[in-house]
Amino acid sequence: MNILVFLIPAALLLGLLGLAAFLWSLKSGQYDDLEGAAQRILFDDDDDRPYQDRPDDDRPDD
Amino acid sequence: MSHAAEAMLDPARPDPGLFVRDAPGGRAHLDLVVQDMHCAGCLRKVERGLHELPGVEYARANLSTKRVAVRWDPRKLKADAIVARLAEVGFAAVPFDSRLAAALDESEMKSLLRAMGVAGFAAANVMLVSVSVWSGLVTDMDETTRAFFHWVSALIALPAVAYAGQPFFRSALKALRAGTMNMDVPIALAVILATSMSLVQTIVNARHVYFDASVTLLFFLLIGRYLDMQARARACSAAQNLLGLRATAATVIGPDGALRSVAVENVEPGMRLAIAAGARIPADGEILTGTSDIDTSLVTGESLPEAVKPGSAVFAGTLNIGAPLTMRVTKRDDDSLLAEIVRLMESAEQGRARYVRIADRAARIYSPAVHIMAFATMILWFWLGAHWETALTHAIAVLIITCPCALGLAVPVVQVVATGRLIRQGVFVKAADALERLAQIDTVVFDKTGTLTLGRPQLINAGDVASADLALAVALAQQSRHPLSRALAEAGSDCPAVALTDVDEVPGMGLEARLFGEIIRLGNADFAGAGRNDTERHAGPELWLRRGGAQPVCFRFADTLRPDAAAAIGALKRKGFAVELLSGDREPAVRAAAETLGIAEWRAGARPAEKIARLEALARDGRTVLMIGDGLNDAPALRAAHVSISPADAADVSQTAADFIFQGARLAPVIETIEVALKSRRLVFENFGLALAYNAVAVPLAVAGFVTPLVAAIAMSSSSITVIGNALRLNRRGKAAQQP
Repeated sequence: MNILVFLIPAALLLGLLGLAAFLWSLKSGQYDDLEGAAQRILFDDDDDRPYQDRPDDDRPDD
Repeated sequence: MSHAAEAMLDPARPDPGLFVRDAPGGRAHLDLVVQDMHCAGCLRKVERGLHELPGVEYARANLSTKRVAVRWDPRKLKADAIVARLAEVGFAAVPFDSRLAAALDESEMKSLLRAMGVAGFAAANVMLVSVSVWSGLVTDMDETTRAFFHWVSALIALPAVAYAGQPFFRSALKALRAGTMNMDVPIALAVILATSMSLVQTIVNARHVYFDASVTLLFFLLIGRYLDMQARARACSAAQNLLGLRATAATVIGPDGALRSVAVENVEPGMRLAIAAGARIPADGEILTGTSDIDTSLVTGESLPEAVKPGSAVFAGTLNIGAPLTMRVTKRDDDSLLAEIVRLMESAEQGRARYVRIADRAARIYSPAVHIMAFATMILWFWLGAHWETALTHAIAVLIITCPCALGLAVPVVQVVATGRLIRQGVFVKAADALERLAQIDTVVFDKTGTLTLGRPQLINAGDVASADLALAVALAQQSRHPLSRALAEAGSDCPAVALTDVDEVPGMGLEARLFGEIIRLGNADFAGAGRNDTERHAGPELWLRRGGAQPVCFRFADTLRPDAAAAIGALKRKGFAVELLSGDREPAVRAAAETLGIAEWRAGARPAEKIARLEALARDGRTVLMIGDGLNDAPALRAAHVSISPADAADVSQTAADFIFQGARLAPVIETIEVALKSRRLVFENFGLALAYNAVAVPLAVAGFVTPLVAAIAMSSSSITVIGNALRLNRRGKAAQQP
């Protein structure tokens, strides 16, 4: 049973990581527009960098 | 004409410059409502279109709220250009007044979501440990391991309960301070007692701890609470968009004759305003130049337009349907209609009986019952000779097992499903307890103009006009923004196109064009050269079409009933509701509408105070009234009635006063809303029944001391799931009803 001394904290740590990830995603506004997020996956150029950070040749022509 | 000047003369487009806010770094920020955004393509077009403008640094469209946030460098770009750019890519954008958004507390939603995340994490991990303990109890787990597991549970559960339980603790404390009971009191008590008892059990190394019960309970309840809040926030933001869409600016004529756009609340007495044809009059005042017709239906319920000339008084909120006018703003008069409406609104607000929600009423019976039962259990065990610790443990087990997990979900889940179903039908639920109040009504009172009728002119004699004349008139009317022209264009949208040349609009008179050299005129009787006495006078607006030297043709307009008004009234009567008509319009028009629709009880020419008096008389007779109205004159009545509904094109004040808002030209959503309210109430009571049935089985077990944490976990989850499943039935029936 001594293995529990490592396994339980390991399980908790992983759980806490998940919780931290959730709180981070909440804080960074990822739940603000769930419908929009569902649609954005359909964009052809799969790039979520802010527009002005992209190199010029990457910008679509239209 | 430049973009700016065009924006000023276009009544549908308020000046976006008024809504720009300062952003950090000398940047400007603007929120826009883009109602037509529906898919990924739209989203892309909007964002790409804006990013291509020089100076735009950030543009993000939100598909859930249909709003776009733009941040840009104000030195490089004007706010008008942003709206103009969106129009270029095919989207009508209207600036959103961000002050409206303050009504919706987003931070509260986020804190609920955070609490839910923490409770979810704790529930999963405590359950993981608890299941090991439960299986260990029947196998070979030794006491040291069990104690270790209990301490691990305590380590997770204590901070989680302290954090995630706060919404309930706060609400319970508030209720207790006010000397009332709500559902959160037994919830908070059960969670705190279960946690502290488990801590004691852990310290004394007992067999059973209830940490899992307290955290899963919090998790389930937080889900219910979050969903409830989200549904209301969605309806609320949709309603704000509607108000934003109609936010208008006033066009002020400066001393030098230059036009500039000013927010309506900044209009001051003495200013000269330009009122375009088709625009709402932004303030009370008197006409300086121009003659026109004013549609006052939104303010007084009067369906016939009123003719105005220089010197006539006009009121804020009325619609100029004739020619452009200039007016001077006068000081708001204390005995004006608007001042009376404001006074009545305030007194109706004070007089409105405070409605106690079903869940809180249930809590008033439930909480004392539960607490007495727990206390009785303790006395019973003590009396039977048990140790006081055992007696206390059994009493707390009763509290845990009766903790209203299912009861706490019974109302919110039904609310969420009902609100979602109504949003799909274009109905927004604004007040949290509106559905419950709507389920109690026995009388429906309608306003006429704009509620039973469409509130805008419709062509009524299309059948009497030769189709060639109609096609010609429609082709001309399509060139104009005048309300009558629009009604004509709408009525004849399937007419063949006619190639007209040299189209010219004469303000206040009509339109002129050429067809193969022949002069075609569409306008008022004088303009088209029609004699005043060649036909019987029609009691509504009309347009005349003259083709060369031929006899002029008359097009008559009237405010017609909504297409399904008769069916809706019939359906209400069949359901056993008493239906009344209470209108500010003149008697003949109200009588005609009442007779067509088969409403026996009607009143015409009712002023706002008389409408309230009628509602109060009905209330004295013991009736609960649903008021449906749109006009400014209905606003006090909407507030005074037990529950109220407004169409989406109602006056702002009325929309704010109403509990529900429905969209579209049909009245069917109103019937649907009433049906959903009745079904919701039935489901809520069914859920209460289910929760009570579960308690009837579980409580004796708890009193007898048979409840272990495993039994509590199974009982609580199964009752919660049953209740949620029952509430979802409302949704399934809604979908079935939508299919033809």
